[in-house]
Amino acid sequence: MTSTSTRPAPPGGRPGPAGGAPAAARRSRRLAASAFLGPGLTYLLVFLLIPLALVFAHSVFRRGRFGGVVYEFTTENFTRLIDPLYLGVVVDSLKLATIATVIALLVGYPTAYAIAHLPPRWKTVALVAIVLPFLTSFIIRMFALIILMSGPGLINRLLGAELEMLYTDGAIVTGLLYAYLPLMVLPLYSAIERLDPQLREASANLGASAFTTFRRVTFPLTLPGVMTGCMFVFVPSFGNFAVPELLGGGKSLMVGNLVQTAFLRERDYPFGSALALTLIAVLLVLLVVQAKAARHG
Amino acid sequence: MGKLRFVPLWLTYAFLYVPILVVVAMSFNAGTSPYVFEGFSLKWYGELAGNARIGEGLVNTLVVAAGTTVLATVLGTLLAVGLARYSRSRLLDAVSLMPAVLPDLIIAIGLLMLYTVVEFTLGLWSVTIAHTVFAMAFVAAVVRTRLTHADTSLEEASRDLGAGAVRTFVRITLPQLLPGIVAGALLAFTLSVDEFVIAFFTIGPTEQTLPIVIYSMLRVGVKPEVNALASIMLLVSFTAVIAGQRLTKIGESRRAHD
Amino acid sequence: MFRTRVPRRLPAALAVAGLALAAAACGGQSSGSGGAQATATAAQLDAKADLSKQRITVTVWDGYTPKELPERAKAELGVQEVKITLHDTNEKAMAKLTAPGDHGIDVAFVSGQYAQALAEQGMLEPIHPELIPNLANLYPEATQLSYDKGNKFSVPYTWGTTGICYRKDLLKSPPQSWNDLLNPPAEADKKVTMMTTERWLALPALKALGLSVNTDKDEDIAKVKELLLKAKPHLLGYDDLTFGEKLKSGEAVMVEAWDGWCPTTEKNIGWVVPKEGSDLWVDTMVIMKSSKNKEAAHAFINYVLSPEIHSWAAENIGYKVPNKAAMDRVEIPEGSLLGISPAELLQGESIIDLGEASTKYTRLATEVAAQK
Repeated sequence: MTSTSTRPAPPGGRPGPAGGAPAAARRSRRLAASAFLGPGLTYLLVFLLIPLALVFAHSVFRRGRFGGVVYEFTTENFTRLIDPLYLGVVVDSLKLATIATVIALLVGYPTAYAIAHLPPRWKTVALVAIVLPFLTSFIIRMFALIILMSGPGLINRLLGAELEMLYTDGAIVTGLLYAYLPLMVLPLYSAIERLDPQLREASANLGASAFTTFRRVTFPLTLPGVMTGCMFVFVPSFGNFAVPELLGGGKSLMVGNLVQTAFLRERDYPFGSALALTLIAVLLVLLVVQAKAARHG
Repeated sequence: MGKLRFVPLWLTYAFLYVPILVVVAMSFNAGTSPYVFEGFSLKWYGELAGNARIGEGLVNTLVVAAGTTVLATVLGTLLAVGLARYSRSRLLDAVSLMPAVLPDLIIAIGLLMLYTVVEFTLGLWSVTIAHTVFAMAFVAAVVRTRLTHADTSLEEASRDLGAGAVRTFVRITLPQLLPGIVAGALLAFTLSVDEFVIAFFTIGPTEQTLPIVIYSMLRVGVKPEVNALASIMLLVSFTAVIAGQRLTKIGESRRAHD
Repeated sequence: MFRTRVPRRLPAALAVAGLALAAAACGGQSSGSGGAQATATAAQLDAKADLSKQRITVTVWDGYTPKELPERAKAELGVQEVKITLHDTNEKAMAKLTAPGDHGIDVAFVSGQYAQALAEQGMLEPIHPELIPNLANLYPEATQLSYDKGNKFSVPYTWGTTGICYRKDLLKSPPQSWNDLLNPPAEADKKVTMMTTERWLALPALKALGLSVNTDKDEDIAKVKELLLKAKPHLLGYDDLTFGEKLKSGEAVMVEAWDGWCPTTEKNIGWVVPKEGSDLWVDTMVIMKSSKNKEAAHAFINYVLSPEIHSWAAENIGYKVPNKAAMDRVEIPEGSLLGISPAELLQGESIIDLGEASTKYTRLATEVAAQK
């Protein structure tokens, strides 16, 4: 966080500017604070917190006959949520997002580990190279995968095979992995980077095998990074709608698709909001787990 | 271990970059198939230039990105300074980072409902406002990182000499932060240009941004000119990111030499 | 530059946001599309209105009208501007038309049952026939379509039917029944597509079971669901937009298709309306009640109905148009499906909007898509 030297001078320190009374200084400080913080926080209040509140609020209202909202309390959106149909979609989304996250961790950990052990001048380059694809259009990256994976696409052409890749759950997981892998590598990297190499040496000197050292020392110490990375991959995967739509061939649904349908097709804001709350719930659970891991780490 | 340790790194890079390189390579395809390379040609780039829908999408994207960059940079910078110098609230820290952590879908539907409730007509403005929400958080984060490294003694000296908060900010803090601000602005621009989900929910019925154009083009079939468009967008993003990276670095090394 | 850190206090922030909802919830008032005004009263329109002060925005499927239509319509009608915006599906068009605020769209192209739904919500301006003399060009059959008898609030633009489009060279025998699509032969396994839009998704199963395309009985829909779920493992995917291309590339060998998008002019591609029968679909033009340029909107529709413009659709997108004067101008190429006569088309069952019961089809589509 910020260094303590930026805090106001302690009482009894130097006199206020131009010898003004402390009250005047405090007033001008408060003025400055509101000038700096005011615009941004107001913006966030209006365009982030209130919209978020609207998501919560709408989930307990009723849908009007023609897509409007009737402001009348109801729990029907939540009873609809536990309908096996929608619950099944939630479970499927959890499953697909979990698979994508686990693979991202398995791929991301060795990658981050390798970057952390690069010579210092190469580290930045290697990191930027990881982030770069993430900062390019998500849609274009999905398009690239379609070209590779479709029936007459490049992979089948190269292999001379007729593998069924596009329009499967495997394609969806690949898409999620491709989209969010950088978000796994970054926090893992900063966690591994911070490790004290002496710990590992000590463990090795005590006769522990490389694997034991990893299992007992390295991995537990990087657990907060692991949790952060998993959260960064899991949350956007769980709420995705474009990947199943473009790569799944309409054969699989995820929560994101239901939310999109509810909002853009059926104009059913209340049920869409209830669905969206599952996203927030998942995020909160992961945050709590992450905070726990950080405390132990 | 030895060199073997770097094998996963190369595999990851291959996974991340091969698809992108394929798109770029196929953009120079003379043939009409999106899957078979039949010789070098620039014709899809020419085709692109004549596509009014893409042209309109490009203009919309740039208008939104420019608006977002200006708004997000001003708001984000002020917020970063405010949080670093005038607040100790962890809660405010969290709120300022929230847009970067919340799923884009939540931001999208929340704003769509806000616009519906206040009957705000959807258009490029509604997207610009929405993009500013998360772009601001990123600008604030980048500027904040720089602030924590910034030398505070100069600010104190300025205040001791009787300069007001505004003067100190403009004369002392701002120049120190400039590379960070520019890097944040570039990041905001890149994020806005490429953003899809929020734009998809909050754009007006008669406008489209480039990612939305590509999305609907993909839904009606893989067309080779998408390769060309994708390549250009990749080039723009790469340039902006690397420029941003360079700027941060230059700022840092200059400070180191001071 | 991109080192991310997650604030540990985020849960607290979210909790605060949760509290804020109380305020928002209490302050709310009814929003949305204004409720039901079932029958709209016609506005007084002035046949001699000065069109040069009016500008219209039209939303239409990509490639569905001539590229130069905006310029030509502008020059011909003397309106200030004609702006075309695009949608890729009926759903997207409906989303646009029910978007919050002033969407600014004057004329929309949507399928018949969607036009009917919009009309039931009071969102359409009744058609003023006196402003559209070219309505006389329509086939008499095209004025008696069940979603809008007498063309009270919509004007048909194209019409056709749904069938099976297939590769003659890759199938052992041509399909004849919807069951061939739902339960494909071995050579077509995993190379079949069906449509995603709910009513057309249900169509093959409805017809295979001998049911009406407009049934809203729960037991019928349950049977349809069972059949569709059985078909799902044999599909390549669900596709409304690119089935023609998939057929050409060989990625698919048999697809549920609208007649106009089945590329029968390619030598290996065949078309059949299955023996159990099919639908009659109509894509229509409607004028929004919210339009401030209703005279220009009528003039635009009248212009589209002129034989020269309307025949473009038949010649270039391969869809039949319900316009006799226009069809008389069209040379019908060998193997083209443009030759289907209005009488033959009318054997298909017209899809109409089912009101509240249409949610049953939405649920059906969700159930089919969600099933593993």
